[in-house]
Amino acid sequence: MSESNRQPIERRQFDTLIIGAGGGGLRASLQLAEADLSVAVVSKVFPTRSHTVAAQGGMNAALANVGPDNWHWHMFDTVKGSDYLGDQDAIEYMCRTAPKAVYELEHFGVPFSRLDNGKIYQRAFGGQSQNFGGDQAARTCAAADRTGHAILHSLYQQNIRAKTHFFDEYFAVDLLQGDEGQVLGALVFNINDGSIIVIEARTTLIATGGAGQIFKTTTNALINTGDGMGMAMRAGIPLQDMEFYQFHPTGIAGRGMLITEGARGEGGYLVNADGERMMERYAPKAKDLASRDVVSRAIAIEVREGRGCGPKKDHVMLKLDHLGEEVIQKRLPGIRQTCITFLGIDPAEAPIPVFPTAHYTMGGIPTNRHGQVVVPVKDTPEEPVAGLYAAGECACVSVHGGNRLGGNSLLDILVFGRAAANHIIEYLKENKYHQQIDDAAINKVVDKVRRYDKPGTGKETVAGLRDELKQVMEEHCSVFRNKEILNQGVDKIERLAERMKDLSIDDQSYTFNTAKVEAFELENLMAVALATIHSANAREESRGAHSRTDFTERDDIAWMRHSLYSFENGLDYKPVRTKPISVESFPPKPRVY
Amino acid sequence: MSDESCKVVDYRWQCRRGMLELDLLLNNFVEKKASTLTDQQKQSFELLLSYPDQTLLDLLLGNTVSSDAVISEIVEQIQNTPFDR
Repeated sequence: MSESNRQPIERRQFDTLIIGAGGGGLRASLQLAEADLSVAVVSKVFPTRSHTVAAQGGMNAALANVGPDNWHWHMFDTVKGSDYLGDQDAIEYMCRTAPKAVYELEHFGVPFSRLDNGKIYQRAFGGQSQNFGGDQAARTCAAADRTGHAILHSLYQQNIRAKTHFFDEYFAVDLLQGDEGQVLGALVFNINDGSIIVIEARTTLIATGGAGQIFKTTTNALINTGDGMGMAMRAGIPLQDMEFYQFHPTGIAGRGMLITEGARGEGGYLVNADGERMMERYAPKAKDLASRDVVSRAIAIEVREGRGCGPKKDHVMLKLDHLGEEVIQKRLPGIRQTCITFLGIDPAEAPIPVFPTAHYTMGGIPTNRHGQVVVPVKDTPEEPVAGLYAAGECACVSVHGGNRLGGNSLLDILVFGRAAANHIIEYLKENKYHQQIDDAAINKVVDKVRRYDKPGTGKETVAGLRDELKQVMEEHCSVFRNKEILNQGVDKIERLAERMKDLSIDDQSYTFNTAKVEAFELENLMAVALATIHSANAREESRGAHSRTDFTERDDIAWMRHSLYSFENGLDYKPVRTKPISVESFPPKPRVY
Repeated sequence: MSDESCKVVDYRWQCRRGMLELDLLLNNFVEKKASTLTDQQKQSFELLLSYPDQTLLDLLLGNTVSSDAVISEIVEQIQNTPFDR
C-alpha cells in the first residue's frame, strides 16, 4: 500500500499496555489501576475465556493450615523439582510471597475451600515435602476443582471496579520499538471490524500464556498459540529454555484431554497393538504407575516401533473395562463422561486410545524477578529491555527450570504479575513521558496486517502449514528425543518456516476475519516451534522434562545453564542464578523422590 | 460474504474458549450444525455462548442440567453431534 492511500490510524495513549487477560495480566492490571495509572488490557478473547480458567488444581503457599510448613521448604521443593535449572532468587521471592498472594486473592473475593476451623483448606500434591525432602506436605490452596475459574472471575470483576480499560477481541500483532530497542507500545487490530489501533504505552507487559498448540496432542486451548513469545522474538528478544515442555502420558489420542493418573491408580493399564501389557517391559515393578516421563516415553517408543494401535498405529490403549461398570461409575465418573462425549466410547466397555499430551511451557521470554524482560548485551547476560515486562507462562523468570511442580503455575502468574506491576509503578515515576513512535516502525506492521487484505497468490494455507507443524513437533520434539530425530525435526521445521512466505488466506473481509487472526497465530507458533526444537536439539543431557535417549544423564558441568534462542543469533547460553536473596543456595543433587 | 456465513464465522470466534474441551465441542457443533439452526435455536446458542466457561463445561459434560428448556435442548444437540473419527 502506498503512503498516499493509507487510512489515518487511530492512536491511543496509556501508561501501561498489557497484552493478555489471564491471571498474570489481570493481577498486574489491577495493581496498576489501583495506583491510579491508565491501563489498557488487550485480549484476543473475552478476558474470562483466557486459559487460566482451565487450571483446576490450585495454588501453592506455605500457610501451614493442615500441617507444619514454611516457605523455605517450598523453595527447596521448587528448586529440586526444577532439576536445579530454576533461578533461586526468583524461587525464593515466589515462595516467600506466596502466602501474601493467597490472602490478597481472598480479599478480592476468591472463595477458597475451607477447613472445619475456618482456615483455607490445603491439599497435598506430588513434589511437596516438609523439612527439605521429608514427609509429604499439604500446600495447595484450592477453590474446589475450579480454582483458575474463581481467580480469573474475581480479578476481572476487581479490574472493572478499578476502571481498567479493556480492548476485548483485539489481536496484538507486534511490539513497536524505538531506535535503541526500547518498547513503546504495540499495534493491535480489532477482530470485529479489522480496524487498526496503535497503542502507545510507557510500559508494556506481555502476559499471553503458553504455546501448547505447537503440538498435535495438547491439553491447551486453541488460544494458546504463543503470541507474546512470537512477538518478543520478532522484536529481537531470545526465548529461554524452550526445550523444557511438560507432557502428561495419557491424553486422549488426537484430542489431547487428560485422563488422570487416577485411572491407572484404580487398576487401569496400557496395552499395545498386540494386546501386550507393555509397561511390564519398561517398569517391571511400578508398571503402569511408573513416573510420568517413564510412561510417556514408553508409549512413544511403542508407537515409533510400530506397535501402536488404530489404522495409523499412532496411539496405545488404556484398558479400564476389566474394572467393571460399577467401579468406573463410582470412582472415575468424570473420565467416563469425557470418553463418551469425545470418543463415543464407554471405558466400561472398550479401551481408551491415549498418547502423551503437551501440557505446560516451562520456557519463555526471559525476565528477572521484577518481571523486566532481560537480554544479553555484550558481556552482560541480563540487561533489561526498556519499557518491556513479561509474566506468567509466556515468561521464563525462571521458577520452574526444567520441570514445573503442580500448584506452582497459578502461583507464578499471580506473584510475578504483581511484582511486574510494582516495578512498572517505580519505572513510570522515572519515565514520565511517552516517546514518539517512528512512522516507519508503525507502517511496517500495518503492511503486515494489510498483506492479507488482497487475495494472495501463495499456495500455502494456514490449516495446512499448522497441521504439518503440529505433526512434526509431535513426531520429532515430543517425549522421545535423540540426535537423529531432533536433527530431522529441525530440518522439517526450518523448511515449514520457509514456506510461510507463500501463505495466503481466502477471506479478505474486515468483519470477524478469523482467517487473518489464525495466520498471525501461525507465525507465532512457527517462531516458538523453531526456538523449541533448536534448543532441544542442542541440549545434550537429560534434565527435568527434557529427556534424551542418547544422553540419559543430567550433566551439571556442561549444561547447568539456560538456553537462549533468537532469530538473529541462534543459540546462546547464560548461567543459572544459583544465589538466592537471603538464604544459602541449594546445590544440585540427584532428583530422587 | 452472505449474512449467514458471517454469522457462522462470528460464532467461530465466540467458540474460542479457555478450555480445550469447549473448543472441541463448540467448534464441532458450529462446523456441522450451525447452518441448519432455526432462528430460535440460534438465539439459544448465542445465550449459551454467553455463559462462563466453567458453567458451559458442566452443562456440556452433563455434570449439571439447565432448568431452562431452550438451553437444555441446544446442549443436547451439541452433545449429540458426533466427532469425526
